[in-house]
Parts: sequence; structure tokens; C-alpha cells
Amino acid sequence: MSLNELYREVILDHYRAPRHHDHLDSPDGSAEGKNPLCGDEVTVEIKVAGDTIVDIAAIGVGCSISQASASMMTEAVAGKSREEVAELVRKFKVMMSIEDSAEPVVDPDRPGASLGDLEALQGVRKFPVRIKCADLPWITLTQALEQ
Amino acid sequence: MTDLAHIRADFPILRQEMNGYPLVYLDSAATSQKPTAVLDAITDFYETANANVHRGAYALSEIATDRYEEARTRVAGFINADRREVAFNRGTTSAINQVAYGWGLYNLKPGDRVLLTLMEHHANIVPWQLVSRHTGAELVYVPHTESYELDLEAYHSLLDERVKVVGITAMSNVLGTINPVRQLADAAHAAGALVVVDAAQAVPHMAVDVKQMDADFLAFSGHKMLGPTGIGVLYGKRELLEAMEPAEGGGEMISDVQLDSSTWAEVPHKFEAGTPPIAEAVGLGAAISYLEKIGMDAVRSHEVDITSYALERLGEIENLTIYGPADMTNRGGAVSFTLADIHPHDLSTILDQRGIAIRAGHHCARPLARSLNVPATARASFYIYNVRADVDALIDGLHEAREIFGVA
Repeated sequence: MSLNELYREVILDHYRAPRHHDHLDSPDGSAEGKNPLCGDEVTVEIKVAGDTIVDIAAIGVGCSISQASASMMTEAVAGKSREEVAELVRKFKVMMSIEDSAEPVVDPDRPGASLGDLEALQGVRKFPVRIKCADLPWITLTQALEQ
Repeated sequence: MTDLAHIRADFPILRQEMNGYPLVYLDSAATSQKPTAVLDAITDFYETANANVHRGAYALSEIATDRYEEARTRVAGFINADRREVAFNRGTTSAINQVAYGWGLYNLKPGDRVLLTLMEHHANIVPWQLVSRHTGAELVYVPHTESYELDLEAYHSLLDERVKVVGITAMSNVLGTINPVRQLADAAHAAGALVVVDAAQAVPHMAVDVKQMDADFLAFSGHKMLGPTGIGVLYGKRELLEAMEPAEGGGEMISDVQLDSSTWAEVPHKFEAGTPPIAEAVGLGAAISYLEKIGMDAVRSHEVDITSYALERLGEIENLTIYGPADMTNRGGAVSFTLADIHPHDLSTILDQRGIAIRAGHHCARPLARSLNVPATARASFYIYNVRADVDALIDGLHEAREIFGVA
């Protein structure tokens, strides 16, 4: 296990300069996620037009993994249809070994082909206690979408 | 300073490696490691003396009962109590719940106040919240000063005739602050309030004398003082224990059971419903013997030495903030800190890769974390088996964290 695999530059960049980090005006859906054991918190807000997530915000406090995951998620989700987002959530969970699948969602020979920046988070898999940090914003997004 | 380096050999777990490095265990405020003497005492009990206590009219049960009661005598001696004032239970949490449900539930009423400090562990907050839902009593908190000591001025001004019980931690598990329990107890008693002391961090690390403290109730856990998990102690002044109701009913704790009511066994047995943690009590007795052999003054002076060294070395790191008193006269060996904008969980992960175990989070004291205005802190805590080299390893690890996060 190497710390360089965990703390990739892109993760630290998202941690230090989180994208979509301002509250939305009158969001169509929002949810608060908390990890009571470690104190990570994230609020996800979405704006929906028709079937499309036209805007998203993730505001929170917590470790670099939870906050970078939230920031990368906002970039990946903005402008996508509900169906595309559901597929993204599924692929993310498979990548993080949260959901089992034989499908190779991350192609080591084609970085970025599948999940883009988010693939930087795959190093987290090797640190099992931190997987829940990466997953928190995604659980929260799912809750916001259900509203 | 007292050199206790040789006693590391008594702790088998410290011989192993973690992630390819020798284990550096800096989380004794959460739970301590166990010396061979304690492990052997538990094994020996199961191999030679195991039976249920206070029941069987056969030799083995008498032997088990004797061992269990010997442990009680040892605990009583350790804190200068009478053995009838020592009730065994699961741990500090369970002990404080007994007071909240056995005393608070029957004595608190609307308009009454429970005065707690903002430094309390959830174990000395949540039981009072639960009981307040039934009694209508209000919870009030004493803040801390900017130098992380209890705000005595605020304490005295909050201590009025509405306060019926005061809950104080003898040593904060986050800040390390040692509170002046005797002084606080004198004022509480003058105001007509009882004093419940959470001594989970104090009893393992310094000499504690319940009479000198004038505590009405005092709670601590075996596992933080070299003993096994699952055993804790509630001390209470004899007359208070006599008057207090049991929070749990069942076997062992009765004198007689009729169809619709029962009478209780003598103290402390009326607070020990069900089969008690017998082997664990024996293990705690062995832990106390071990600590007594070293001497609690030597334990304290070793921790003063190692903690001052840690404070000094941590103080050399730029952008590192320590949350707790700077002076060793009123602090113990729990050192909470943050480093620049690196989240404590990230620090913990980075240190873990070097075999160093620290705590990251709110340390079961969320009201305190909020008043410190930090969502989480990292905490290194020391005990008799820690050496200066452990501190050096921690410092090296923190420097690596600075590099990884590009902190200047």
C-alpha cells in the first residue's frame, strides 16, 4: 500500500479547492449525509430540469477523501440525466468494491475512459476503513435524487 | 523522571509489527494494552477457579467467589474506599447510567438542574439526557477557558440551589485537563448538590483517593488501566449507595423476591444484577497489583516526562495547534491537535502506514468539539509503556503528512 496511491494530486486539488461548493438557490432536492463515527458531513443539493440534473452543490466538512469525492462527484454529475447518474453511481460503487461486479469498470490501460477524475479514488480501496469516506457523498446524492 | 522502558517487555502486543513497522501504540486513552500478568491471571482463573459466584455451595464456587471478592478489596484499597462501596459493572458508561437511573430518576424533578462540564465524555452527558426526559430536569454546562481549563468563575455562578447533581470529568479524554475535583466538590456540597466524577482517564494515570476528592460517586473502567474490557467500577459513599435504587434487576441482586415485589441484597450486591464479569474483575485486580508495584506516582511522573516531551516536539511543528493545557501540572497524557488543513483522519491514515496508532475524530465529546470549533482532532495518548522514541516516530510521521499534503 502506498500513500501516493491514496493521496493523488487530483484528490488534494479537489480537497483544497472544492468545485460546486456554494449552496444553490431553491434546490429541487437536498440531503444531508453524516458519518457519525468520524464526523464527516456533506450536504448535496440538486436542481432538476425535466430529466436532467442541471446544477448540483456539495457542501461539507471532513477528510480529504470525503470532500474530494464530493467535489469530483459534482463535476461528474452536473448536466447528466437521472439514468446516466444512476449508472455513474453504480460504476463508482463497483470501482470502490462497495458493490460486487465482475465488470471491469476501471480499465488500467485507458485511464479516464470510464469514470474520469473519479478513478483517482480507486486507491482508497486499499484502505478499507476509508471507503466509507469516499462513499458518503454518493449515498447523500442518491437520497437527494429520491426527493 | 522514572525510567519505565524495561516494562515494555511485559506487553506482548508491543512486540508486533503493523504495516511493516514496529507498533507504536498512542491510543491508551481509548483502551490500554495488557501486561502478561493480567492475561495470566485471567487464564489462571478460568483454568483453576471458574464457577459462578455467591451461589454454589461447593468448593469451586467458594474459590471463584473469593477471587472475585479479593478483586473488590483490591479496587477499594486502590482508591481508598470501603469494599462495600465498590460495585462492579461493565465500565464507566454503565456505572454512570446506574447513578442516573438509580439516583437521578428518583430524585430529580422539573426545575432541577444537572450541572455538567463541556469537557464531559458522552458517558457523562447522555445518561443525564435520558433521565431528564423522565424527570424534567435541565442540563447546564460549564465552559472551559481559552487555556483549556474549567471556567471556575462560570462554575461558581452556575452553581445555585437548582443544581442537584454535578458531573465532572477528573481528567478530560480530549484536552487532557485535570480538573480540581476537590475544590469543585466542596462548592457543590455547599450548594447542596451531589458530585459524580468520571474518573475513566484519571484512575489509570494518577493516584486517586475518593475521600480526598470527596466524590459522592466515581466511575472508571478496567480496560483503560491495563485490565480487560467488560469490567468497570462504581464507587459511591455508603449512605448514598444504601439509599440508591438499583437500575437493573435480576439474579444476584435480591434479598427476597415475592410475586409483585422484591427486596434488595446488601450493597454493593444490589447493583450487580446477573452473573457479573468474574474473570474480568480478577483481571482488573491483577492490573491494580501491577500498577501498585510500579507505584502511581512513578506512573504519573513517567507520563509527565513523555507528555512534556511530546508537547515540546509537537510545538516545533509549524501550523500545529494543540488543544489542551500547555503546563503539565494540570494535564494528563492525552494530547489533541490539528495540523494545518490536514484532516485528522488523513493524519491517522498516514501515521498508520508507519505502524503508529492514534485517534482521530470527536473522541465521544461532540459538545466539546463544537466549543473548540473543530469538527475533529487527532489525539495521541500515552501510558507507562510509551517511550520517547514513540514520540519521535509520531513527529516523523507528521512531517511526512506535511509533505504529502504540501503544507509549508
